[in-house]
Amino acid sequence: MAVNFLYPDYEVARNYDRCIACRVCERQCANEVHEYLADAGGTSAAGKMVCDDAKCVNCHRCVSLCPTRALKIVRSSNTYKENTNWNGKTINELYRQAGTGGVLLSSMGNPEDYPVYFDKILLNASQVTNPSIDPLREPMETKSFLGAKPQNIQRGHDGKIKNNLGPHLTLSMPVMFSAMSYGSISYNAHESLARAAEELGILYNTGEGGLHEDFYRYGKNTIVQVASGRFGVHPDYLNSGAAMEIKMGQGAKPGIGGHLPGAKIVGDISRTRMVPEGSDAISPAPHHDIYSIEDLRQLVYSLKEATDYKKPVIVKIAAVHNVAVIASGIARSGADIIAIDGFRGGTGAAPTRIRDHVGIPVELALAATDKRLRDEGIRDNVSIVVGGSIRSSADIVKAVALGADCVYIATAALLALGCHLCRSCHAGKCNWGIATQIPELVKRLNPEIGAGRLVNLLTAWQHEIKEMMGGMGINSIESLKGNRLMLRGVGLNEKELEILGIKHAGE
Amino acid sequence: MKRVYVNEKWCLGCHLCEYYCAFASVGEANGEQNKKDMARALKDIKINPKINIEENGGVSFAVSCRHCEEPLCVKSCITGALSVSDGVIAIDKEQCIGCYTCILICPYGAISTSEDGAVQKCELCVKTAAGTPACVKGCPNGAIVFEERG
Repeated sequence: MAVNFLYPDYEVARNYDRCIACRVCERQCANEVHEYLADAGGTSAAGKMVCDDAKCVNCHRCVSLCPTRALKIVRSSNTYKENTNWNGKTINELYRQAGTGGVLLSSMGNPEDYPVYFDKILLNASQVTNPSIDPLREPMETKSFLGAKPQNIQRGHDGKIKNNLGPHLTLSMPVMFSAMSYGSISYNAHESLARAAEELGILYNTGEGGLHEDFYRYGKNTIVQVASGRFGVHPDYLNSGAAMEIKMGQGAKPGIGGHLPGAKIVGDISRTRMVPEGSDAISPAPHHDIYSIEDLRQLVYSLKEATDYKKPVIVKIAAVHNVAVIASGIARSGADIIAIDGFRGGTGAAPTRIRDHVGIPVELALAATDKRLRDEGIRDNVSIVVGGSIRSSADIVKAVALGADCVYIATAALLALGCHLCRSCHAGKCNWGIATQIPELVKRLNPEIGAGRLVNLLTAWQHEIKEMMGGMGINSIESLKGNRLMLRGVGLNEKELEILGIKHAGE
Repeated sequence: MKRVYVNEKWCLGCHLCEYYCAFASVGEANGEQNKKDMARALKDIKINPKINIEENGGVSFAVSCRHCEEPLCVKSCITGALSVSDGVIAIDKEQCIGCYTCILICPYGAISTSEDGAVQKCELCVKTAAGTPACVKGCPNGAIVFEERG
């Protein structure tokens, strides 16, 4: 096309006073932004680097690896006439579609300016009349248990309490790595998550792409997922994990399925997914055998039957309207754990309009679900896990106080592995070796380093959780669960406070 | 003894090790000022590092001195410029006459020429910074390690 409607979003700002032309930027950019000119004239013996801003996705690989800090990425100052209605992003998206005729694709979570309720909730701390606890001096418990709780105490003929606890998960802290399939992320990313989960005493989730045979040894720290495509699902797979998850929906793209292009179905991924090489792996929007809670119950019990009733079943749904009612149905379906994924949850690829406009905030979904299940007297039937942009230990503490038993993190985990949220996963050329299957890029993520960074992150979060609990005078995460008196809202209206079930600050 | 080992599996071919190596030695040669800032030390020069990336197709790995237990280079040196001290094979540039016998005999290609006429080789950064060699510290993917192996 002769007319180029799209001006590059970013500019690579190179400080030539600091650039030593070592070419690391050129060698590390899969988008081929940087180029080396051996003979650029002048007096330098080292040559000169030049770049093509239009190819830059702003992933910061070059910025991070530049040994002399000669690079930074800046937003292009090229601008349209100011218009708050037709802003630059809206205009560019329209131009892109007018040029291609295609659905816009995006990756990672919803970046739009919707309220973040976690940021409008504040925590309590003890003063004078009740003692706070110093976690460095006194024992503090973050151990979490997931699964259905027994309804009553049963005693045997000898009068001793019978153990009537169903299948359970035990976690060292209320955090798990949420589902990311082998295919959407690389082998090394999976290995990093698995190794970190094992070291931390938590669980990671295979996602819907099956489980690579190398990772069966991390089984007791693995949740195996069964999604609508049923890729890679077989008895050994189900029995290899500590729990099974039925994925009904995903926060980033509620109501739609997935599509891993045939180009990525190669080698091990083809074998793991049980999909022929080169053919597209399409996850349908619905499970074609589930059109009701009764149907869901059948799948839940099929999975339980296949694993001898020894493993809990998680049902994961996206946070949408009426989520509490849906959760109530799931709690009656025989599932042991409900996972709710908020509208800010990440993805390897989703239609932009779906990602940015479908679903609801997980804080509201969680509060509504917890209340509904308690009102119906079935809260103990299930544990609740929430995900969809848990960004820090403070978010975890707030989520637990709103009624969650545990949280799922994925974007935060990827960030720890090096992700810079350039939101270009769907291009398959992840410069950080995470969302790619190109061998030269995959090897950029050394699982030794990756797992270490994940362990560091969650160890730090665990310390912070203990500090915050201690401040509130609570020495066990169990005592914080659903403890909404520890929360106060700021800048929230009556309705929002009512749904969250919390008071306003000052009350 | 701790040695520099290279794990080809994790080498990205980014060549940063070469630049950290060059920085470690240039800094030493050009005085205090350059020690602090790589940009100043390596600006506009063609580096001549003691560690070098070999690459072909998708495979790459760094090559530097193995500090052999029975080093052929030391055996071959006609002036005694190469010697072993505490396991580290060191070069005394004052004694080297530039006959390059060591370069020819080293089975790993780990010794190279330098501008001052004498040969140069990795000395595990013992003459520059204490602790971890610069290439190991600078490798972004843990492909070069400094450790004790049996």
